[in-house]
Amino acid sequence: MEGLLNHCFWIPLFPLFAAALIAIFKNNRRKAASSLAILAIALSFIFSILLFLVYLRGHEEGHGTLRVLLHFPWFTSGGTPEVISFIVDPLTLMMLLVVTLVSLLVFIYSLGYMHEDPNSVRFFCFLSLFAASMLSLVISNHLLILFMCWELVGLCSYLLIGFWYEKPEAAEAAKKAFIVTRIGDIGFFIGLLLLYQKTGSLLLYGEGHPSLFSPEMLHLLKTHAVTVPFFGGILLTTLLGVLLFMGAMGKSAQFPLHVWLPDAMEGPTPVSALIHAATMVAAGVFLVARMFPLLDGTGAMTVISWTGGFTALFAATIAIAQFDIKRVLAYSTISQLGYMMMGLGLGGLVAGTFHLMTHAFFKALLFLGSGSVIHGCHGEQDMRKMGGLRKEMPVTFWTYLTGTLALAGIFPFSGFFSKDEILTEAFTKNRTLYGIGTLTAFLTAFYMFRQIFMVFLGKGRLHGHPHESPPTMLWPLRILAVLALVSGFVGTPFLFHNPFHHFIAADREGVAPSYLVMIVSTTVALSGILTAYLIYGRRAFIEDPLIPALKGFFRLLEKKYYMDELYQNTFVRAISSLASLFKTVDQVLIDGFLHLTGFASLTLSRFNQWIDNFFINGGFDKACAGIRGGGGKLGRLQTGRAQDYLLYASIGAMVSYLLFRLL
Amino acid sequence: MPFPMLSTINLFPLLGGFLFLLLPSEKKGLLRGSALCLSLVPLCLSFALLLQFDRSTNVLQYVEKFPWIRAIGVDYFLAVDGLSLTMIFLTTFLTPLAILTSFSIEKNLKTYLFLFLLLETGMLGVFMALNFFHFFLFWEVGLIPMFFLIKVWGSENRHYAAFKFFVYTLSGSVAMLLAFQLLYLASGTFNFTELAELSQSGLLQTQLVFLTQRVGFTLSPDTVMTIVFFAVSLAFAIKVPIWPFHTWLPDAHTEAPTAGSMVLAGILLKMGVYGFLRIVLPIFPEVLQRFAPLLGLFALASILFGAFAAMAQTDLKRMIAYSSVNHMGYCMLGIFAIAAQGEVEAKASALNGVLLQMFNHGISAAALFFMVGVLYDRAHTRDLSKFGGLRKIMPLFAGFMGISTFSSLGLPGLNGFISEFLIFRGSFPLRTGLTLFATGGLLITAVYLLTMIQRLFHGPIGSSHPHLSDMTQRELAVTIPLVFFMFLVGIYPSPLLELTNRSVLHLLEIFS
Repeated sequence: MEGLLNHCFWIPLFPLFAAALIAIFKNNRRKAASSLAILAIALSFIFSILLFLVYLRGHEEGHGTLRVLLHFPWFTSGGTPEVISFIVDPLTLMMLLVVTLVSLLVFIYSLGYMHEDPNSVRFFCFLSLFAASMLSLVISNHLLILFMCWELVGLCSYLLIGFWYEKPEAAEAAKKAFIVTRIGDIGFFIGLLLLYQKTGSLLLYGEGHPSLFSPEMLHLLKTHAVTVPFFGGILLTTLLGVLLFMGAMGKSAQFPLHVWLPDAMEGPTPVSALIHAATMVAAGVFLVARMFPLLDGTGAMTVISWTGGFTALFAATIAIAQFDIKRVLAYSTISQLGYMMMGLGLGGLVAGTFHLMTHAFFKALLFLGSGSVIHGCHGEQDMRKMGGLRKEMPVTFWTYLTGTLALAGIFPFSGFFSKDEILTEAFTKNRTLYGIGTLTAFLTAFYMFRQIFMVFLGKGRLHGHPHESPPTMLWPLRILAVLALVSGFVGTPFLFHNPFHHFIAADREGVAPSYLVMIVSTTVALSGILTAYLIYGRRAFIEDPLIPALKGFFRLLEKKYYMDELYQNTFVRAISSLASLFKTVDQVLIDGFLHLTGFASLTLSRFNQWIDNFFINGGFDKACAGIRGGGGKLGRLQTGRAQDYLLYASIGAMVSYLLFRLL
Repeated sequence: MPFPMLSTINLFPLLGGFLFLLLPSEKKGLLRGSALCLSLVPLCLSFALLLQFDRSTNVLQYVEKFPWIRAIGVDYFLAVDGLSLTMIFLTTFLTPLAILTSFSIEKNLKTYLFLFLLLETGMLGVFMALNFFHFFLFWEVGLIPMFFLIKVWGSENRHYAAFKFFVYTLSGSVAMLLAFQLLYLASGTFNFTELAELSQSGLLQTQLVFLTQRVGFTLSPDTVMTIVFFAVSLAFAIKVPIWPFHTWLPDAHTEAPTAGSMVLAGILLKMGVYGFLRIVLPIFPEVLQRFAPLLGLFALASILFGAFAAMAQTDLKRMIAYSSVNHMGYCMLGIFAIAAQGEVEAKASALNGVLLQMFNHGISAAALFFMVGVLYDRAHTRDLSKFGGLRKIMPLFAGFMGISTFSSLGLPGLNGFISEFLIFRGSFPLRTGLTLFATGGLLITAVYLLTMIQRLFHGPIGSSHPHLSDMTQRELAVTIPLVFFMFLVGIYPSPLLELTNRSVLHLLEIFS
């Protein structure tokens, strides 16, 4: 059975084949396309479970962390062969399970959600392509392959955000997502170049092959200092860490590259759930976790934890002033990704990845739930126009509430355990970040229950009649709700001695669980809920009661701190000015010079012609008359200006040749 | 004597073209079919060449060398190695596609097709000849058909564009011609291989100084070599083109007929880069090393300024044309980077990347220009602001144009990424600062190409073109081979790199 581990590459191949097949389907073969896509991802899911079970058996028998590596030759430049390399290790397996499971549920959900869309064949093609790229990303053991899959998931995100391409906002959002993440990716790319320069390899783990995580290479990297202009001498690993983290910042929407994610909500809601909440945006967190052996203990960790902490709070404040049901969730995603980054940056490899997993479940649940709400409300996304949906959409309500409680971190929902692990890390290592994390926890509970009160409770404000969604949409919600409730128990220190920790990082000391932290965070979350109740739950409202209370500050939050406007007026404007500048340089300066040269040569040739006629030809007129008759005919052949140049080029060549000979 | 494989590939289109001229000009179907068949023969032969080529060695293969004009020491000298083989294949591959593209041409069809066959012979000769006289002959043979293709079959501003193209290229050629005459007078040979050997042994420099002393100048060997170097490089720099010698390119590409633009961007530009690899690197290694720091800045300018200028264009074809300046800039970055001090591995990566990028850009640029042609044939405009929502009415076109655009943008999984990665990976340790700035080009490229996609395909359907038809069978026949290569090279570049790697390492020996 252990041989199965050597076949991990089939997991991405199933959806890849599905995507390739669907790509050549006609637009009316909706059923075939969706069935094929679901079949493929189901196979990947089953395969992942099998792999997990086989791995667990091998894991118990062996010592330390078992890593199964697979190498395939790729290409050779110079004397170094490059390989395509895959890995199966605990981190990979965790991601495989999460990604295939959430994908499967979202695919099924999409059957109902995209039922009426005329382009649903394309939709399933892109979704399958996404699954293939994401799954390849998590099994790759070579940073270049990882980067390639990283870009491919970015492409799928672009295609799916812009799925309703006729909407100009969707097209704009897709472009924005691609470009903003590419800014981060260029940092990532430079990091790869630097890493390759210093080590000559981009392989992560290798048996026999030179690889980055071999003890010698890590030692070399961690002791090497480099000089960076304006920063002076810093450790190479710190610089590398920051560069790689730039990629993660783009993909995981960390401040200041977070601006694309809220706009990405223009895409269909299943896409928001799968790509922009549960899986792809977590790729940045995954990258940091994957590169942990390199990053651990370097200055880059400080950058990561502070960026994460700041982003967590920053996005949470914006979330309290949004009215679009999906935008609240989008900012919540940014905030929670910040949380994970903070946890990882503080050295909490297990804490960060644990939150990644639980978040994938409950955030997918919330997004799919919001999709169900939007579907039931005939496309309405403004929470001010909803209310009282609890009665019409009971399944959606109860599952949504489960997700909300998980996100708010209420015992015994999954978010409680994972969030507390991060907060405990912060409590023991950095009190300022702990404060930020706790404040964020308060805001999270507040804005999520603000949403619950506005959408599901109170009086109905919707024009038209809401309805509950079809079973294909509700079953994924139910399953995810169960996961959101129970998935935290795999990582609790009280039951079964934290199996998640032992699985992901058996050799790492974890921080001891702290009752103080748990009590404080629960209190904070409950007070967030209470505040939401006091403001939104007690009486009906038309205008948000926070607007008169916060006045200008609310406006600032609603406008997301004017970050988009800031970028628009600085970077975007600068780049367009440069573009016009270089267009002008070509047209005026360079071509101007060329035309001037052309004009000067023409003038010179006219002058020369005049000399010829006046002085030289003057005396020979009669003698030349006959010749000129013939010459004139030949001259008529010379219609274009090209010939003038040719003539002068050859005269020049002849003159120089003569001079050359005579001298 | 073995079968003259290279001569056959090289001269077949020309000789076939003469027979082609005997065909009646009013039978257009016959003309089209026979031109296509004529161009398929070199493709088959060069494919056979590709398969038979010995990848394990760096020596010149399929050598055909015998005295041609004894009085001035000109040899008929053809051969291939890893530097030229991919280009030969690209040429024979793109020409039939260009001819297939031209099936929609009605005006003077016979002359038009003949010019394409002539052009193919010219381009192939450049990539095969190893004697300057021989090389230059074909260099100019390639120029003339393109001049007429633009001037006669181009769009509104064609006279200006053709003239600019011609004069620009010609002035470069004149400089190169004079430089090689000087080299010939000093060394008595036109053969590139012999010139390279003489230069590396220092004999060429001494002879040149001797020559200049005879005509009354006292110049150091360095100075003489520098003058000759710049004269030769100018010709290639114009052809590539390197900023600021690039302004002929947007005009020529925009005005040329679709097939002309495909060949111009796909192959003719590569002749410039190839010239640097075949001639400048082996004959002037020291001068190149001395001036590479400066020249690298021009490569960077091509990358960045080319990308910025592309962004500001409103004419679709001009935008794609400027993207060529940007993409060829990466080639030049790689070439100037290998002149710096550093490890052979890095240089090999950069140079393999350059060769692969030449091939990849040939594929992607040809595809993009073809797509623009497809659109122009239907909408009769290239103004980006007049389009919108085409994805709805032309889904196939949107798909293939999308793939070609992302290939040009350097998306992993498609061809452009691998070559750009190899160039960057190689150049980074050699010219760190320059390479860092060059990565900015990757961002700007994404900006303008995605903007282009957005304007063409997204949003509501433009009012001027509600009823455009999707691609025809013939158009798909042109597109699918190109797209096939985008995927093949993007996923598994090994077959091409195997061809180039040995020759690259051999070429790098002069720098070690």
